[in-house]
Amino acid sequence: MSAVTGLFALAVLAAAWWPKTGAMPSALVLGALVAGLALVLLAPRGRRGRVLVALGLWNALLVAGLGLMGGQSSPAFWLAVVAVWLGAWALVERIAAARDPRLALLPPLVFGLTILWLWETAVLALGVPRVILPAPSQIGARLLAEVPTLAIDLMQTFGRGALSGFAIGCGAAFVFALVVDRYAPLRRGLLPVGNFLAALPIIGTAPIFVMWFGFDWPSKAAVVVAMVFFPMLVNTVQGLASTDRMQRDLMQTYSASWWQTLAYLRLPAAMPFVFNGLKICATLALIGAIVAEFFGSPTFGMGFRISTEVGRLQLDMVWAEIAVAALLGSLFYGFWALVERRVTFWHPSQRGR
Amino acid sequence: MTRSLPVLTVVAVLIALWYLAVIPMNAKWEYDQASRAGREIGLSELVANTMAQERPVLPAPHQVVVELWDSTVVEELTGRRGWWRSGSLSNRSLIYHGWVTLTATMLGFVIGTGGGILLAVGIVHNRAMDASVMPWAIASQTIPIIALAPMIIVVLNSIGISGLVPKAIIAAYLSFFPVVVGMVKGLRAPDAMQMDQMKTWSAPGATVFWKLRLPMSMPYLFASLKVGIAAALVGTIVGELPVQEGGLGVRLLSGSYYGQTVQIWAALFAAAILAASLVGIVGMIERRVLRRMGLAG
Repeated sequence: MSAVTGLFALAVLAAAWWPKTGAMPSALVLGALVAGLALVLLAPRGRRGRVLVALGLWNALLVAGLGLMGGQSSPAFWLAVVAVWLGAWALVERIAAARDPRLALLPPLVFGLTILWLWETAVLALGVPRVILPAPSQIGARLLAEVPTLAIDLMQTFGRGALSGFAIGCGAAFVFALVVDRYAPLRRGLLPVGNFLAALPIIGTAPIFVMWFGFDWPSKAAVVVAMVFFPMLVNTVQGLASTDRMQRDLMQTYSASWWQTLAYLRLPAAMPFVFNGLKICATLALIGAIVAEFFGSPTFGMGFRISTEVGRLQLDMVWAEIAVAALLGSLFYGFWALVERRVTFWHPSQRGR
Repeated sequence: MTRSLPVLTVVAVLIALWYLAVIPMNAKWEYDQASRAGREIGLSELVANTMAQERPVLPAPHQVVVELWDSTVVEELTGRRGWWRSGSLSNRSLIYHGWVTLTATMLGFVIGTGGGILLAVGIVHNRAMDASVMPWAIASQTIPIIALAPMIIVVLNSIGISGLVPKAIIAAYLSFFPVVVGMVKGLRAPDAMQMDQMKTWSAPGATVFWKLRLPMSMPYLFASLKVGIAAALVGTIVGELPVQEGGLGVRLLSGSYYGQTVQIWAALFAAAILAASLVGIVGMIERRVLRRMGLAG
């Protein structure tokens, strides 16, 4: 029996025997918890048994968790909450122990759901005011109610600001990297400078660009260009230099021209680095576009919405906006990761999957 | 010298380009002034004037340097509220604002790094944590968590926590995830052969950790520390925007409110110098540590 299972048992027993005030937690919740505990303790052996325990524990936790939602704060209630948390951990432990790659998505999913559930239950039970921390259900409701606003903001910040800046910045950096690569002294001089600039808080240029290009999306695109240019440049230049002597010698024996060497050897060899840069820049682009709007923007856009709704203490709207930004960020990143897998299928990091 | 020469050339070219850009960027205002006064403006006069405007569209490099000097050394030594006269740092000096930003950055960086290392140790030693938390730590690197900054500041302010702590929290969570991801990679760096060697010595888990995993993780740790401290600084600067309580972020924002371009550029350079020194210090410690551990070539 692992430590988590032991703690889970303790919590369930404490919640069951703690003197109750009022009806919390209900007999159904306690029954489900005890049933889940019994399943874990009497775990049948073998593969079938493990699946049975996991499914049973999942259902027991679901019943107990839903039963606890909206409950009132009392010691027995919190013990039951802790019991559900530990039960979820025990469940994750069992799924993880199976070491099945097909189940790799389940543990983070269970973990995420547990966090959301804990957030919801705790906020409702403690009566946390909405202006401090809204419950996930309130955020979800707001998100669904404000889809048109969110779509306008998304279009402005991501569609116009971040995407155009990303395209211009990464494109310019890529072309510039080809030029830099052609002339060795330029590379030796520019690479340290580029590395240095990539580490600086470029986001601070936002007020300058807002002053130059106005409040609308061109200033956001400019900030994004400034942010993504150097990381992309450094990565591409490194990638173009990543071929080894033997490969270049081979191209020379073929009497390949500089362009042929570039097209058939060095560009393909640079691709893992280029995609690494693109993935870094994908995250930076969204950050740049959102933060630049804190320095001035038209009356829509994700950064604008976040800063004004924070001022109006409409935190559920802020969280909805953040949820959209998070989803968008991972989708944009995931898109480049997918393209990378298609383009650099030959690279060791992409094989063996 | 052979290595610094190309770098110096590139820097010189950049500064020259900057000076060239100053002329057309600021020329419009000079032409307006001249036409209002009803006179023609010559080229040499135009060039000289664009370099010395009060509120230029693009300040010349020397203007920024002078502003940096004025708002640090001169302000502290001769200003009425300066350190020399009043005994405390002037709230108009970049030293004061830089210090405000630096303290929040460092506090957040220490918290974030400490927490990140602890979580990484947990992830490496516990399969359930690895399976459930690690995907979220990786995913968090792809989302703009900095968007949370204004909310954290305002909410903490409304429950009575203000000043250093809210900014430090933002700095902490921005430096937290890079450290987690880097450190997990580092703690897993020992290969099967090395782990087997430890096993043949029947080394307990603690020994494997202290004598193999931790030393092996150092290069990874320092790489993510450099990313983390730069991210912490950005987090602090953004965290200073909603509540105007001093710091380089406030200088940037107030400069943009009042059209004080030279002030913005000076604050920007102060932030850049701060970032470069912080990353440089981490790099110096890295070289020292790696050399003492025999890891540097």
